[in-house]
Amino acid sequence: MGEVIVITSGKGGVGKTTTTANIGTGLALAGRKAVLIDTDIGLRNLDVVMGLENRIVYDLVDVVDGVCRVKQALIKDKRYDGLYLLPAAQTRDKSAVTPEQMINLINELKSEFDYIIIDCPAGIEQGFKNAIAGADKAIVVTTPEVSAVRDADRIVGLLEANELRNPKLLINRVRVDMVKRGDMMSIDDIIDILAIDLIGVVPDDEKIVISTNRGEPAVTDDKSLAGQAYRNVTKRLQGEDVPIMNLESEDGLIFKFKKLLGFKTT
Amino acid sequence: MLIDFSKIFGRSKPSKDVAKERLQLVLIHDRANVSPEFLDMIKGEIIKVIQHYMEIDEGALDIQLTRTKSDDGDRVVPALIANIPIRNVRNAGK
Repeated sequence: MGEVIVITSGKGGVGKTTTTANIGTGLALAGRKAVLIDTDIGLRNLDVVMGLENRIVYDLVDVVDGVCRVKQALIKDKRYDGLYLLPAAQTRDKSAVTPEQMINLINELKSEFDYIIIDCPAGIEQGFKNAIAGADKAIVVTTPEVSAVRDADRIVGLLEANELRNPKLLINRVRVDMVKRGDMMSIDDIIDILAIDLIGVVPDDEKIVISTNRGEPAVTDDKSLAGQAYRNVTKRLQGEDVPIMNLESEDGLIFKFKKLLGFKTT
Repeated sequence: MLIDFSKIFGRSKPSKDVAKERLQLVLIHDRANVSPEFLDMIKGEIIKVIQHYMEIDEGALDIQLTRTKSDDGDRVVPALIANIPIRNVRNAGK
């Protein structure tokens, strides 16, 4: 049976969709069969981040309304074996789907896939309730900013209230230079406040913008630091014990050399 | 030897510490959905009870709602944490 993981955050723009795309692609690269579901109805974006926007025929609302079968709506990513996307509808709103319909859909997909990754919309209303309805696990994405951490805290509380125990934290867009000079909360500061387990730390990396421009998740880029961080997250999801990347050496000369020469940096 | 000028001239503390403190304060209310008045009421009652047994530093008493891991480590549970500095233990009760 497949594992269902919801990627959520409360606040918008912290990197839920990017995280979903990278984790899903990372799992496919590791030989797992994964389906990504975009539940942000009316504001779909996972399709463009994945570079699959031109291949949409049916969407999530079509599936739950019975307009088509699930398999007809799934877009197969031809670049990575075992990777599929179920896009959100763009011309409807979040009330077009109910939590019960989500649970039924997920149950149907569970037998087919190793992982079902759900991209949750921002906010705590209907869309959030739909996204978490059928999930076994939750990853809470935040950035080292007061607004994002505050919203993450609220989400952790709501997940607990909905019996989604032990959510994992992903801290995105960390800038080591700012942490060093005391102008950005550190990993420890954020864990201190949220009191949940860490699943990954992703550095602020231009490559994310570049890869999103091209519709190719950064996890496929060997030279991207954020890509490496996401590769580590996918390993941890599969039960591997990978230490958190040491970002301290990021701006060091030796590190740059290693990167230049294509050495793996962990 | 390097001299930390910021310390000498008493420059303001790092902005991340300000962020952390502000967050911790705002989360007290977010988490419990309680007003500062409610916490003040609890604080008053605690002071009253404890004063029967020991002399405490009322001004330094700190009480906050936070979160902690449950005993089985599987869940996050709300916790009321009180930091109560004791000045003197009364022996009258002995």
